[in-house]
This record gives sequence, C-alpha cells and structure tokens, in this order.
Amino acid sequence: MSEQDVIREFLIESHENLNRLDQEIVELEQRPSDKDLLASVFRTIHTIKGTCGFLGFPCLERIAHHAETLLSRVRAGERALSSDLVALILECLDAVRKILAAIEATGKEGPDEYASLIDKLESAADGTATDRGAAPADAVQTESERGSAVSESAIRVDVGLLDKLMNLVGELVLARNQVLQFTTQKEDGELNATSQRLNLITTELQENVMKTRMQPIGVVWNKLPRLVRDTAHACGKRVRLEMDGSGTELDKTIIEAIKDPLTHLVRNCCDHGIETPEERAKAGKPTHGTVTLKAYHEGGQVNIEIADDGAGVDVAQVKQKALEKGLIRPEQAERMSDHEVFQLIFQAGFSTARAVTKVSGRGVGLDVVRSNVERIGGTVDVSSVLGQGTTIKLKIPLTLAIIPGLVVTSGGERFLIPQASLLELIRIDGDSAGKIERVHGTPVYRRRGRLLPIAFLNQVLGLRAVSNEDVVNIVVLQAEDHQFGLVVDGIKDTQEIVVKPLGKQLKGLSVYAGATIMGDGRVALILDVLGIGQRSGVLTRREEQSRSESQAAPAAGSDLQRLLLFQAGSFARVAVPLALVARLEEFPQSVLEHAGGHHVVQYRGGILRVVSLSSVLEPDSPNTAATRDPVQVIVFVDGARSLGIMVDQILDIVEDSVAIRQPSKRLGLLGSAVVGKQVTDFLDVRAVIRAAAAEWLDPEQAGRNTSVMVADPSAFMRGLLRGELEMAGHRVVEAGSSGEALNRLEHSQIDVVLTAMDLPPEGCRGLREAMDRQGSLGQIPMVALASSEEQLRERPEGFADCQMRLDREAMLASIERLAAAVGHEETGAPASPARSQA
Amino acid sequence: MSAAEIGTQYATFVVDQLFFGIDVLRVQEVLRYQEMTRVPLSPFVAEGLINLRGQIVTALDMRRRLALPPRPPERLPMNLVVRADEGPVSLLVDEIGDVLQLDQSAFEAAPDNVSASARDLIRGVYKLKERLLLVLDPDKTLEVDEFLESRTQGSI
Repeated sequence: MSEQDVIREFLIESHENLNRLDQEIVELEQRPSDKDLLASVFRTIHTIKGTCGFLGFPCLERIAHHAETLLSRVRAGERALSSDLVALILECLDAVRKILAAIEATGKEGPDEYASLIDKLESAADGTATDRGAAPADAVQTESERGSAVSESAIRVDVGLLDKLMNLVGELVLARNQVLQFTTQKEDGELNATSQRLNLITTELQENVMKTRMQPIGVVWNKLPRLVRDTAHACGKRVRLEMDGSGTELDKTIIEAIKDPLTHLVRNCCDHGIETPEERAKAGKPTHGTVTLKAYHEGGQVNIEIADDGAGVDVAQVKQKALEKGLIRPEQAERMSDHEVFQLIFQAGFSTARAVTKVSGRGVGLDVVRSNVERIGGTVDVSSVLGQGTTIKLKIPLTLAIIPGLVVTSGGERFLIPQASLLELIRIDGDSAGKIERVHGTPVYRRRGRLLPIAFLNQVLGLRAVSNEDVVNIVVLQAEDHQFGLVVDGIKDTQEIVVKPLGKQLKGLSVYAGATIMGDGRVALILDVLGIGQRSGVLTRREEQSRSESQAAPAAGSDLQRLLLFQAGSFARVAVPLALVARLEEFPQSVLEHAGGHHVVQYRGGILRVVSLSSVLEPDSPNTAATRDPVQVIVFVDGARSLGIMVDQILDIVEDSVAIRQPSKRLGLLGSAVVGKQVTDFLDVRAVIRAAAAEWLDPEQAGRNTSVMVADPSAFMRGLLRGELEMAGHRVVEAGSSGEALNRLEHSQIDVVLTAMDLPPEGCRGLREAMDRQGSLGQIPMVALASSEEQLRERPEGFADCQMRLDREAMLASIERLAAAVGHEETGAPASPARSQA
Repeated sequence: MSAAEIGTQYATFVVDQLFFGIDVLRVQEVLRYQEMTRVPLSPFVAEGLINLRGQIVTALDMRRRLALPPRPPERLPMNLVVRADEGPVSLLVDEIGDVLQLDQSAFEAAPDNVSASARDLIRGVYKLKERLLLVLDPDKTLEVDEFLESRTQGSI
C-alpha cells in the first residue's frame, strides 16, 4: 500500500467516523448520562487522534487531542455536558472536516488557524469557561438499533466498479432478450432449456447487482439531526426530529440526487414550518415542534414524507404573496383550489418567510427541489392544514437504469413509452359511437364523459400514416398534471428496458428520453411523454398550467380558459368554456324527433332534449342549425340530466386569456372578446338554458346581498349556483371539498353555507361537525342541497334548511331568511349584480 | 524512425468521388452496412441509430454533411466509426480505402474553390500522385447543431 492509499483510507474512515460523531453527539446532548454513548464518542475521537498522529498531521492531532481531553473530563464527571460544550465539540468536528478537505485536495493540512478553538477547548476542559448550564437542546430520536456500524462481513468497493458492473448487467439483459427471441423461433428443446436458465440467472444477477448499489436512505438522514439542531438553534426554536424507515433502500444515484432536496425540505420545516416556542404555547401545542421523516416502499417506488406539526401553509397568505409577486392574477386567486395554492410555493421566486433569515427566506430553493426531484422521475406533493402542520411527500423511483416500458408502433417504427407515465390503454373498434372527433383540427376523445385531448404519434413525429380505419389504439398518458391520449398504430408488450442516452447530435430532440436495444438487436427510441405532449400542442407551457380548474362560470374578467368555438346562425364565432361542455355530438337529421313541442334525440338509452341556439339568439331568423344534416350538438350534462344545444358548425378548441370587453345586451350572450385575434361572442349558457328549457332553471328574481359559500364537488354545479346567486345580488365563495370550505370559512366572512349533501370526503354532515368544532364557525347557518327527492327526505341534523339543488326560488328564500336571522340584513335596494361585465 | 518522420497516418474513404482522409488514431473501427433505426425529427445529417455491440451509436451521412447529391439507394454505405468525447459516432461513407502514411511536405491548406459546405470541415489537402486527399477535421464533422432544425421544419 502506497502512502497515498493509506491517506485515502484514512480520509474515508475519518469521514465515516465524523458522520457518526455528529449524530452521537447530538444524541448525547439529549441523554448526557448515557455512559455507553459517551464512551463511543470518546473512542471515535481517540481513533482519529491516533491515526493522524501516525500519519503526521500535527494540527489535526492537536485538535483531536484537546477534544479528547475535554471529553475525558466529561466522562470522569468533572464537567457537565452543557449545550455550550456540545456546540464546542461540534465546532471541533467542523474544523477537523475542514482540515480533512484540505488534505484531500492538497495532501497538506492547510494553514493552522485553530489557535482560538484550541484555547476554548483548553479552558473548557479546565473549567475556566463560564458554564452557563444551558438546557440541553432537543434533538434526535432515531429507531434504536445503531451501534458500531462497521461489520466484519462487509468490504468496501469502489463506486466506479459498481457502475461498471451495472452497465455490464444492462448489456447482459439486452443480450439475454436477444437470445430469448432467437430461441422462440427454433424448436430445440435443449437450447430452450439452456436459454431459460440463462434467463433466470440473468434476472437474478440483475436484481443482485442492483442491490449492491442500494443504500439505506439513512445514509442521507444521518446528517439531518445535526442540521435540525443547528437550524433550530439559529431560529430560536425547539425541534425534535423523528425518523422512521431509515433502512429503506434506494439506488445510490438516486440517494445522491435527493440529498440536496431532502436537506432543503427539512431545513424549510424548521425555519418556516415550526413556530417559536412562544407561538406554540399560545396555540396550545407542546413547545417542542416535531419534524417527522418517513420512508417506505410502495408499488415499485419509494415514498418519502417530511411532515412537521407547525403552523401549516396559510392559503390566504400564499395567495397574497403570489399576487404581490405577480405570479397569479386576482381573478385566478379567487378561484384557485387549495391544492393549486400549495403548488405555488414551488414556483421560482416564492417565499412566505416574513423575513430573510440566515437559513431561508430568499425564495430560492423549493422550485429547485421540485425540478431536482422531477429530473429523476419523481413527484412532489404538498398537503397542509392551517395550524396543524404540513406534509410534503416525495415519490421517487427505485432505480433509473432499468425501467419497464411499453412497446408501441407508429408509421412502421417501434417506440417505447416508460410505464411510469402510462395510465390506460384504449382500443376502439369500428363502432362509430366512440371515435375520435376532430374539432377543427383539434382531435378529442370522449373518455367517460370527459374530453381527452388527442395527439397522433405519427403526426407528432412526421411519420407516414399507416391506414387502419377499423381500429384506433389510444395510450392515455400522464405528463405533470395533465392527461392526454396518444394514438399509435399498434400496442405490443411491455419490456424491461435499459435506458441509454442519445448522442450529442440528437440531444436537442425533446421528444425522446433516450434509446434502448430490443430483443432483435435493433435500436428503439424511448419517448419523452412531456416532450411529445408539448410538441403536439396538447400540453401547454408550464406557466399556463397553473391556471385554475374551477372555471365553471363563464364570468367576466380575464383568465386563461379552454374555449370551444362554434358558429350559430349569423353569429360566426361564439365561445363557451370547454369545462362546461360534456360532449360534442353529431346526429343524422333522421334521428331528430319531436316530443312535447321540442326537438329530442334518442341518446344513450334516454331522451336528449335539444334546443337550437339560433332560436334563442335570433328568434326571428330561420333556424339553420336544426335543418343541417348531420346536426351538430353540444351536450351539457348535470348528473343524470343532459341538454343538447344545436349549433351550425363546431370551429375549434382554443386556449386563450379571456377579457370580456364589450358587454352584450342580447339575451344569451355575455358579451364579446378577442379570442385568437378575432372578435368572439361569449355564450351565456345559463341564459340560453333558461330561455330554451325553462324546466332546467327557474325565472330570476332580484335579491339581497349576502355572502354565500357554495360547497359542491361539481364545478359545473358551482358555476350554475354562482350564476343564480350572483344574479340575485349575493356574493359567492366556492369550495369543492370540506377541507377547502373550512379553509375559506376561516378567511372570509360568510353568512350562509350551501353545501351539497354528497360533499367529499364525508358528506355535508362532516362539514357541519368540523365547523361546530371550530367554535366561531358553528354559528353559521347551513343549507343542505339535495340532488334527488330521496336525498331531500333525509334532512340531515344540524342544518337550518334542506332544499333541492336546482329549486332556485326555495334556495334564495332560504338564504334570505337565514341571513336576516343572523343579522346581516343589508340596508337598501338590491345591490347591483356582482357579475360585472365591464 | 521517429514519429516526425512517420508523419500522420490517415484512414481514407470515398464520398461521391471525393477522396477523404481522417486521422487514423480517431478511427475506432470500420463496419459494413448495419441495420439502422431512423430517428424522426432528427437533424438532416443524422441517418439513424445503430447497435454497436450493445452501444447505441448515431450514424451521420457524410453525403448530407458535405451537401453532396444523395447516394443511389442500391448502394449501401459503410460505417466508419470515429471516437469522440461523448462516445463513438459512425460516419456513413461510400467506400473505405487504405490507411495512408503521408508526410507534411505534400500538405497544403484547402484551396478556395472547395465548396463552402465542405471548407469548414477540411483541414487541408494532400497532393497525391493521381488525386487529392481532403483531410477532415473529425470534431467539426461531428458538430451538427446548426443543422438541427433542417428536417424538423414542416413535419407537423
């Protein structure tokens, strides 16, 4: 062994020792009387001292020596282990690290600048330093078993060697695939048996080599107790760190990749999440905050949760901040769900910390965390309850090197789709009922009543179309928060594939994630789902994605919306929010029937009432839409009921920022705006339905100004109710779930709550009980909205009233009565409609 | 003989009647035509991907790289696999010639009348008895970023 090898060994060993020391010392601070622990710390420092003396590093030796002396006094019971002493010892370890780094880089110790540290150590050992006797800081509680980590049955292997082994196994897997494909073509029993054995052995070898690269996540975690301690001290907080599942194993490359994000998130918990002891005491919580780390395997992935029991994310405050920073617009803020708000904290330049501290608050970090995690194919999710804490959940793949993929064909070529982005496969046979429809070039597919945007792989990649009219194969994919369907010519089987990067000449192609070698020895490209989505136009850019989903009401204002454009009578370009549209249908003229003075169509085993839009917009003109063949119908659905509106022609689906500039006086139109550089009229769906199908809604009536919360899981229903209520002069706050409702209630003055009886997660009673528990919210009267006669008869307890969801007059009467009882009777004439169209 | 006297050794090849040489130390191997996987949307010069004993190698068509007329379809190209920092790249050429040992005295900078598309890639010319040998700069030959959009346009 050369001297350099010896020094390298020494460095590796010392780093391991230091990492263990960090943890042990913090633990020791917690349990100062633990003799065994103290002995172990003492031993470790002694080892470092011994080796560096042997190798001739005097500075290092001196520091270690003084630290040892100090500890020996502690061990002998002459010194009490105070928080100051612990800080001093930790300072020593940092100094030792610094010297080790210098040795690693230059082979020398670097300048001796540790005189003052040694002075401090000496005086502490002599007891001349004022022992302030600070209370031990709060620190770790790990899962017990952790003695001496070094086991005799283990050897150190160079990581480069493991990487090489992994690559070779990758090659072997590919060669095995080729052999297997080859043998299936031969009918040779012996060859078959041999290749089967080869198959089994390769699989086992692959698993085991992968295991050699696996490391417990504790490798990263063991640095965190120290981090938590230091951060908590710096912020004047008391934080306890709990860890569960530190034995959970991950591929080494992934461990490396999540080290920084994890560190950042934990630091964030201490700095932003946990409140100061005073604040905690005021809130009736224990003064110790707790940060909990949890790791566990689930479905071929590793989940890592970082939870704190701190203040939680203040939705209102985040919105306010986002508005100030111009990340969202006011109209957007109003409609954002809590989940969407949580996503905001991962945007660049965002920080809710009131002040910039040493540790965090500069607004850099969480966006980097997300991009780092997504780069290795993971996801980040946040959930938070105000006042109770925040949980951040990371989902990370086990390994990057070998992944399952689906083989598809398009334009005569083979492609692979990573299984992780795959949601479902749809095969449509000749039946015309479920074909892909084109809306002026934008293909969509009706998947369980929802429109799924469609891209054709051969078009995206510029390949020739393989004509196959009878069968359409759709691969439904998930990219970030969006889903889309990819039409391919054929769907083959799934395979384990080894991802290989593309050469630099092809790096610029965002549609590919890499390439692999197939069983027949040929190369096949691996598709990048996000890149495909973006190139085909079904996915918009990231900044546009943060738009709200709850765009049910075609209200005025400016917002990014997906719009369906169509032509009706003399109105060449009319728009309706796509969110309101359930389906688009084409009926041959022959199926159009008359019943009860209306147009109807037999549709999906029921009768669909269809009304002509022109008959509402232009009652005096000839009805062109109804005489076309086929008839174009936009179907609106609410629960089991549906209504079709006939239009002349469907034009397009666009996404645009909508600002209604010109309010309209014409019945059935909200006004006009510029969409895609052309002036477009906006349909007032509610008015059209009211005019043409009065039984859907009832006539309007002027009302009073009350703040009403509409809690309903259906965005469409909320939109309709909002329209009704706003027309009656009420202010409306929307919520899609119990949790969201509670959050909003805390931040807005609400007079009456209207809630659907099937409000998730626990129905309307769940919300009532939760509000009752919150004290002040218990006073707010609630009206349960039933969607059926059966539900209406249930009449849940604790509710001031129970009404049919669409019984408008009864609902408004209820609100008025309840608002008056609470004492929010407003002063004068009905307020002007809140639905401003200017 | 010392290295200076040996001069440089060149692996030679033919692309559309032009005679090229490339520093033999940069050549990993020569292969006959390999089955290739097309890469849709790829730069015009990238012909496809080949499986070189488990390694995935990009093949660049030298005719396209030098803006020469396309190779007749019945004529299968040869692979000249060149070493590069990021791994090997295959150059598709018409024919492979001998390895020639040439000394500096016959070397001259590229004449001005070499076509503009080729001039960037050509380090210079050796005046051989019967023909001229154009010396390719391997790194510049593999530099294709500027061609990236040439075929992707209009494909959607």
